Amino acid sequence: MLIAVLAGLFVSVLLIPLGRLFKGRLAVLISLLPTSLFAYFASFIPTIANGEAISFHYPWVPSLGVDFHFRLDGLSLLFSLLITGIGSLVFLYASSYLKGHRYLDRFYAYLSLFMASMLGLVLADNVLLLFIFWELTSISSFFLIGFNNEDANSRKSSLTALAVTGGGGFLLMAGLILMGHLSGTYAIQEMLNASSFLKAHPWYPAILALIFAGAFTKSAQFPFHFWLPGAMKAPTPISAYLHSATMVKAGVYLLARLYPILGGTEYWTYPLIVVGGITMFYGAFHSIFRTDLKSILAYSTISALGILVFLIGIGTEQALLAAAVFILVHALYKASLFLTTGVLDHETGTREITQLGGLRKVLLPLAIAGLLAALSSAGLPFTFGFIGKDQIYEATLHTEGIMPIVLTSLAVITNILLLYAGLLVGLKPFAGKLPERYQAVHLPHWLMWTPPLLLALMGIAFGAFPALIDASLLNPAATAMINETFDSPLKLWHGFNLVLLLSGITLALGALLYLMRKPSSKSMASIERFNYLAPQYIFGKLARAVRRFAARYTRTLHNGFLRVYLFRIIMFAVLLLGFRLFTGGPIQWIPAHLSPISVYEVAVLGILIAAIFLTVNTSSRLTAVVATSVIGYCICLLFVFYSAPDLAMTQFTIDTLTVVLFVLVLFRLPPFLNLANRRDRIRDWLLASSFGAIIALITIQAMNQPFDDAVSKFYGENAYVLAKGKNVVNVILVDFRGIDTMFEVVVLSIAAIGVVSLLKLKLKASEKE
Amino acid sequence: MTDNTLILSVIIHLFTAIVLLALWRKTVAQRIISVVGSVVAMVIAIRLFTAVWDNGILTMQAAGWDAPFGITFVADVFSSTMVLLTSFSGIAVSIYSATGVARGRMLYGYFPILHLLLMGLNGAFLTGDIFNLYVWFEVIIIASFVLMTLGGRRAQIEGSVKYMAMNVLASTFFLTGIGILYGITGTLNMADLSLKIAALENRKLVDIVSIFFIVGFGIKSAVFPLYFWLPSSYHTPPSAVAAIFGGLLTKVGIYALFRVFTLIFIPDEFLRTLLVVLAIFTILTGSFGAVIKNNIRRVFSYLIVCHIGFMVGGLGMYSEIAITGALFYLIHDMMVKTNIFLIAGLIRKLRGTMNMDKLGGLYAEYPLLSLVVALVLFSLVGIPPLSGFWPKIYLFEAGFMDAQYPLLVAIIIGSFVTLYVIAKLWAKVFWKNQPTLPAEENYTDEFKPMSAFRKSLLVVPIVFLMAIALYIGLAAENVALVAKHIARDMKDMTPYIEAVLGTNVSP
Repeated sequence: MLIAVLAGLFVSVLLIPLGRLFKGRLAVLISLLPTSLFAYFASFIPTIANGEAISFHYPWVPSLGVDFHFRLDGLSLLFSLLITGIGSLVFLYASSYLKGHRYLDRFYAYLSLFMASMLGLVLADNVLLLFIFWELTSISSFFLIGFNNEDANSRKSSLTALAVTGGGGFLLMAGLILMGHLSGTYAIQEMLNASSFLKAHPWYPAILALIFAGAFTKSAQFPFHFWLPGAMKAPTPISAYLHSATMVKAGVYLLARLYPILGGTEYWTYPLIVVGGITMFYGAFHSIFRTDLKSILAYSTISALGILVFLIGIGTEQALLAAAVFILVHALYKASLFLTTGVLDHETGTREITQLGGLRKVLLPLAIAGLLAALSSAGLPFTFGFIGKDQIYEATLHTEGIMPIVLTSLAVITNILLLYAGLLVGLKPFAGKLPERYQAVHLPHWLMWTPPLLLALMGIAFGAFPALIDASLLNPAATAMINETFDSPLKLWHGFNLVLLLSGITLALGALLYLMRKPSSKSMASIERFNYLAPQYIFGKLARAVRRFAARYTRTLHNGFLRVYLFRIIMFAVLLLGFRLFTGGPIQWIPAHLSPISVYEVAVLGILIAAIFLTVNTSSRLTAVVATSVIGYCICLLFVFYSAPDLAMTQFTIDTLTVVLFVLVLFRLPPFLNLANRRDRIRDWLLASSFGAIIALITIQAMNQPFDDAVSKFYGENAYVLAKGKNVVNVILVDFRGIDTMFEVVVLSIAAIGVVSLLKLKLKASEKE
Repeated sequence: MTDNTLILSVIIHLFTAIVLLALWRKTVAQRIISVVGSVVAMVIAIRLFTAVWDNGILTMQAAGWDAPFGITFVADVFSSTMVLLTSFSGIAVSIYSATGVARGRMLYGYFPILHLLLMGLNGAFLTGDIFNLYVWFEVIIIASFVLMTLGGRRAQIEGSVKYMAMNVLASTFFLTGIGILYGITGTLNMADLSLKIAALENRKLVDIVSIFFIVGFGIKSAVFPLYFWLPSSYHTPPSAVAAIFGGLLTKVGIYALFRVFTLIFIPDEFLRTLLVVLAIFTILTGSFGAVIKNNIRRVFSYLIVCHIGFMVGGLGMYSEIAITGALFYLIHDMMVKTNIFLIAGLIRKLRGTMNMDKLGGLYAEYPLLSLVVALVLFSLVGIPPLSGFWPKIYLFEAGFMDAQYPLLVAIIIGSFVTLYVIAKLWAKVFWKNQPTLPAEENYTDEFKPMSAFRKSLLVVPIVFLMAIALYIGLAAENVALVAKHIARDMKDMTPYIEAVLGTNVSP
């Protein structure tokens, strides 16, 4: 299983050195990866249909509770088959679609990486492992959306997509960790036991909010849906695969996977119904105003994702079964429509619905694929879409209170609009008269038209013979969501009931809409007038506002003036030290602890203060530096008074060198400007004196503390006895703490080298680093 | 256990530097010696790490004066890990410098000072004496200052004045703190200080003194509102130097914070809250700065600030999990930050600029290199399962455990901004076509005409550090064990104290 998951990763790594080999016709060979994986997963169908689940466990980072913990049950099997099945077709299709593209090898590398991540995501039985793969799908999607990297729009779209899904990802991570933290495990199977505990916990709403944030951003729910239409900048096979059939369903998958742990409460149901409901309607509504085929498909995909979230929100058995059915239904017809669109784009060079027509005459197999897919999406009887629609209505009707009316009508309207959108993409380009300019269009390589046809045919086959898949695939998937066995065979014919009536209404109104309404660029313009209300616009505005704020904030804080920085640092210190000093007990002042002051000290102190005044008030840099050195020397003199002449000598040397170094640096600076006004000066004086006062007070506090002289006594007693030196200070410097001295010498040498280099080396700005 | 060879990590760089000084102006020989020195240093560091990991804490009493009378050097898992990581960065920068640094700089002592800087770093990590730590800080400051000014360009000088002024201020705070600390305890040995401070009755004084260390190390590690020196200076020196700075300099500050505030001062409620608040602002400040900058190195500089907040936040939460997370982050950060500055330097070699608007087309022209860079950048962002991802799990867990929601929000914002900024950088520098520049800015690729050997000198270090980052990400378990071990040591200092002072610690 681990090999199956990581196979895609190996292939993409292998493509790095071997990519050149696979740029030509050999690219088809890479499709062996998804097809063999498809066969591998298909072999598990009987086992899973028996209600078993297969687990695999390999340790990875046990310290963090993250292991390669995979589990194949009905739900993950459904997704795995979708991923590898549609993956196979997309791999094949792309080998022809992107034939001769200079980055074909990179394309397959990203695609294989994506497939591996997506498989990992649906097979992971550990929420953090799931999250790892979740993020990897976002990253591979980033690279695939930006695949045409020289196009500014592609880059922008991929950034937007990454920002939205990545941002949601971090919130999801927080949610999953919170969940794991509370239940004491990251393993999904173990979390099931903590389900009731989690639901009763005060943080339960927070967990849900964070996890929903992740799921909604990934599955393009309103108001985070806007990255998905932008993602259509990716090559069409990618749109079909990632942004319709698989990756965008990751959020739905997550919700379905966590349903047995977190689902079924009010906090779960209402947000999902509301967001899913809005999304399904919003997406469907927007799709009918678009004229670009891929845009129509993007918005109808958003709508379909909304339906899925909506169904998981309802959370009844019917609804979850409907979700399982609809995942498959949608993947089949939508992928088929996308791939059809890809061929149209490839052969005619346009995706504008208003330009296309009559293409059945030249692209017959494709027209059949489009038609069948459109019919399935329309939910005509004997198509798989019919069953899907049926199940959705069943689910909405079997809710409680006034919900059936509201939800069902919402679902009906959405379906009518979706039907229209499906017909627009699957039928419109092939119907009517063939324009002159497309006379020469011919059928592409068979690898490009068989995949959509195959998908569309499957939609019909599963619709006509639901027994093919219900017990083997769909019931186990729904079982995994509900976490208890249940059995409800899919039926094509429920008798004459309300559901059938609703399906009929949907069909009739949708068909009517298609006949009445002609798509035009005007309708696009009419909806664009409301763009200022669109989430994309609002998020964009928000982002710009944040940027502006960030710019102002950074420039205010980091304004380039050293003195301002120093002021703030000292200020920070004064505040903290002052706070500590004046709280938590009285300030002690015991004059008896202080030693008498000598004349020398007063004199040196006088010079010191004078030098300080000079430093601060002079308008010449050189004077300031000289005055500072006087301060330094005064301090050295104080060392002399306190019986440390050796130390003083060292200090003299260092001071001298530092001054020289500084003078050299200062000479290269622009002339001195006195920018401070009177107010600034007063402010600075105040800060400086309060800082000085606080340090003095603190020092006095420390002096009151009885000195523990064990160490200094040891030095005094042993300097001669053990270290054979008569001068204690010397012995400390060169023996007891000789290492300090040794490396202070090094400091001095480095400074000396610095002086030499500053004096001699002047690189020109044009020279290299 | 006493093991005097632990000082070899310091001596090797001193020795290398002396040899290099003897080879003054012989730049070819210097390059070779520098790389050889770094390789030997790495071998020593690996040996030290395994010895400590297997046998526990090693100590050396300098000049044979027993603690607390002499200066003690201590290698525990924390310091030996830091030494090990420093040796990785060191070797990478040493190799990279061979072609990445102008010959003019080598003529004026670039290599010896680089090794003295590395020596200072190792010294700081290994010392068990607070004043000796100050001495190492001096070595680090002066060496980094000289490296920063070396070349004497105007921007360099301006940046280094700010750098020097604020770092000297940091040292002043640090030194004042040491002075008072000595005044109230009469000792400088950190293990001894740990005991004496714990026994001191005047808690107020202890609380006051701890502030000096917060401010001093806070400046060093570029914590808000003390970070100003970093974005003022990191974009000025050559990239090899910026790499050492970005990867290691702020991290010494972080090291010192962690060491002093787990061994000597145990933060009280106020300090912990303070650290968390500072961490939040540090993350936000770094994020805001990174969002608006357009020069690669400036963006990276602000990202350093941002990520410092993650570690300080971990220290502020102070639980074992939080500290583990912060340490894991530290390990990841040192390897990745060094590398991104090397990458910035390489980009400059390719295109002559670091301005993102003027860059482009690297993805088409250098696909393999782009892949390497992408892996490094994604490690930085923490795209799972790369290195930056794992520590966040600890930090999130700790945040929830400790109910530190504002900090969690800040970490999420910081992570998001990092992701966005890096993706933007990728799109602009790698994906976008090379924009046409006005004639006066025309630049010929310095990299292309180089011999394969010289090219590899630039690329191998980047790949080497990338491989380490990949190891941190993919073999996260091993790193997690190290981080956990260190965090446990920090929670129970008895082994450290006993190793330094002998076994006579009364409970």
